[in-house]
Amino acid sequence: MTDDRARTVRHLTGMMSSAVSRRRVLQVAGLSGAGLIAAACGAAGEDTGGASGPASAAAAAQDASDTEKVVNWSNWPLYLDIDDATGKYPSLEKFTEQTGIAVTYTEDVNDNNEFFAKVRTQLEQGQDIGRDIVTLTDWMAALWIQNGYAQKFDKALMPNAKNLIPKLQGVAFDPGRDYTLPWQSGFGALGWNKAKLKEAIGTDTMTSVDQLWDPALKGRITVLSEMRDTMGIIMAWQGSDPSNFTEDQFNQALEVLTQQVDSGQIRQVTGNDYAGALESGDVIAVIGWSGDMIQLGEDFGVALPETGGTLWTDNMLIPALAAHKKNAEQLMNFYYDPEVAATVAAYVQYISPVQGAQQAMATIDPALVDNQWIFPSAETLANSYVFMTLTFEQDEAYQRAFQKAIGN
Amino acid sequence: MAPVLPATASAAPAARRRGRAAYVLLLPGMTWLAVFFAIPFVTLFMTSLQQPVPGKSGKYAFGLEFGNYVTSMTEYWPQFVRSFAYAGIATLLALLIAYPLAYFIAFKGGRWRSLLLVLVIAPSFASFLLRTYAWRTILADDGPITSTLNALHLLPDGRVLNTGIAVVAGLTYNFLPFMILPLYAALEKIDHRLIEAAGDLYASASTAFRKVTWPLSMPGVVAGTLLTFIPAAGDYINAELLGSTKDRMIGNAIQTNFIEFRDYPTASALSFVLMAAILILVFTYIRRAGTEELV
Repeated sequence: MTDDRARTVRHLTGMMSSAVSRRRVLQVAGLSGAGLIAAACGAAGEDTGGASGPASAAAAAQDASDTEKVVNWSNWPLYLDIDDATGKYPSLEKFTEQTGIAVTYTEDVNDNNEFFAKVRTQLEQGQDIGRDIVTLTDWMAALWIQNGYAQKFDKALMPNAKNLIPKLQGVAFDPGRDYTLPWQSGFGALGWNKAKLKEAIGTDTMTSVDQLWDPALKGRITVLSEMRDTMGIIMAWQGSDPSNFTEDQFNQALEVLTQQVDSGQIRQVTGNDYAGALESGDVIAVIGWSGDMIQLGEDFGVALPETGGTLWTDNMLIPALAAHKKNAEQLMNFYYDPEVAATVAAYVQYISPVQGAQQAMATIDPALVDNQWIFPSAETLANSYVFMTLTFEQDEAYQRAFQKAIGN
Repeated sequence: MAPVLPATASAAPAARRRGRAAYVLLLPGMTWLAVFFAIPFVTLFMTSLQQPVPGKSGKYAFGLEFGNYVTSMTEYWPQFVRSFAYAGIATLLALLIAYPLAYFIAFKGGRWRSLLLVLVIAPSFASFLLRTYAWRTILADDGPITSTLNALHLLPDGRVLNTGIAVVAGLTYNFLPFMILPLYAALEKIDHRLIEAAGDLYASASTAFRKVTWPLSMPGVVAGTLLTFIPAAGDYINAELLGSTKDRMIGNAIQTNFIEFRDYPTASALSFVLMAAILILVFTYIRRAGTEELV
């Protein structure tokens, strides 16, 4: 059902605008009624199953990889190279050709929370969720590792994993990269409709968050409902460090957000559908995601605010009890081949985490070799923050405060 | 006499068989409701009373935490009020739009009746989500509707999209067929001779409508308003797509609690408060509308 919905919504967003991106898929649409009921039942069943949940050791299943040459992968929509004419994924086909392993590729991760709600019951009750690889953003991946829902890699099967760029090695939630391997990264940044911006404030470039608060843009800006991006950018603008902030600093940023929401400066706080509003001109400037805005094309601008943007990463991980672990590891290994990684990056326009992909890009699309959004320089990266790792309690408290400020 | 006796003798078991058959007919519906309504209902209620497991944040266990209900009402009363206000206005607007339309189809539709009814339902062939999305284009800031209204200085915010007006408009539009169809069914059943008789008794057209047509269409009005109001009050898509942060309804609050906070107890408590509030409103309404036989 959710697959169908994702497809419907994808089709829908495709109809609404020519440009597409994975984040565009409406958060709200992925929320299926079945998911809600499953979530409710899961929560109810917890008084029996919750206590026995492992703290950190993920259960491994009997690996059926040798007999069943398949791997099931759940990823975000429009996050892999696709042949629009045939609807097939060339890189996946190449993988199957090389290894004989067939891939069931499902674009059913529309939103971290929504996806977690969908599979949480099974994870808690120690059941296989039917997926061998899932792609989750840093903080959600951290939550899976903490709860023992992710399996440790057998790195001997993944020699290419050494190609991971240094910046992403040794993250706090997975210091040895034993459980996760980045799929793509991206920036939380400023985006705008050039023509409309010029009309409103007389310039077609944005460099600062200050411009968002320009009275001429009242009711014409949106920010992301992803707390880490919106709050990260506001905190950086206030001179706080989003990678290491205090509660007071968070509250200061929240005050600005509340004020801008209450005054009507901020029109809407959206998950994925701000790009359509930017295109139609209803919204002139946004805090949005880099890849989305690049895909919108020439008429739209994108920039990291001079005070800094946010940097997030989506990671591949193997869920507890996944039946085809070895196949999953082979698949990850395959995508860490620089040439394959470059093919994917050329299509999705997000940051490739693979060392050597930039060189490989020279043969695929030379125009993209120096693209700062795919292969950011050290300077660009220095101007972006990875949001501080939060404990579950902190996350909950901050999320609540944030959601309250945006009308929930 | 003679042939009658055996007939009555065999009629009794036949009636009993028919009685049993009736129960068998009930079975699929009852099973469906038991599995997909009664059981989840109980589960949801139990969830609404769960309490957090100390030291294990994000986990909830069996409890009798009625405080969840208190928090859900103190925290979210604005969303409750807004939901009922928006749903109420949308229902009223839908009635005003639907009644003349249903009246026309029922009384003047003639041979076009079926076609007109199909046209009423036709928008439902497209996905609910798609239709709501389309409203974003219709109400766009530079679109004809907003520009016209702005030229007349009718919009305080200078826009329609992402305001309460857009949410109410979306709700009205999306649930309109649920208003039209029961109204049509009620109006269509009215015996024209009654209206003619009213005329014969010197009732003016408006008196005839007030004294005959309107009361006879009451079951349709009640059914239509309920079918519109109840889903509209719990809707969250319209507020999500057409509203701003200040137009969030209770459905959005439930969604946020379920998905963003993973706070299932509060979300469940909110659902129950919503259900209770709707039940109370509906019963009060039906009593006042005087059509108990409907329910």
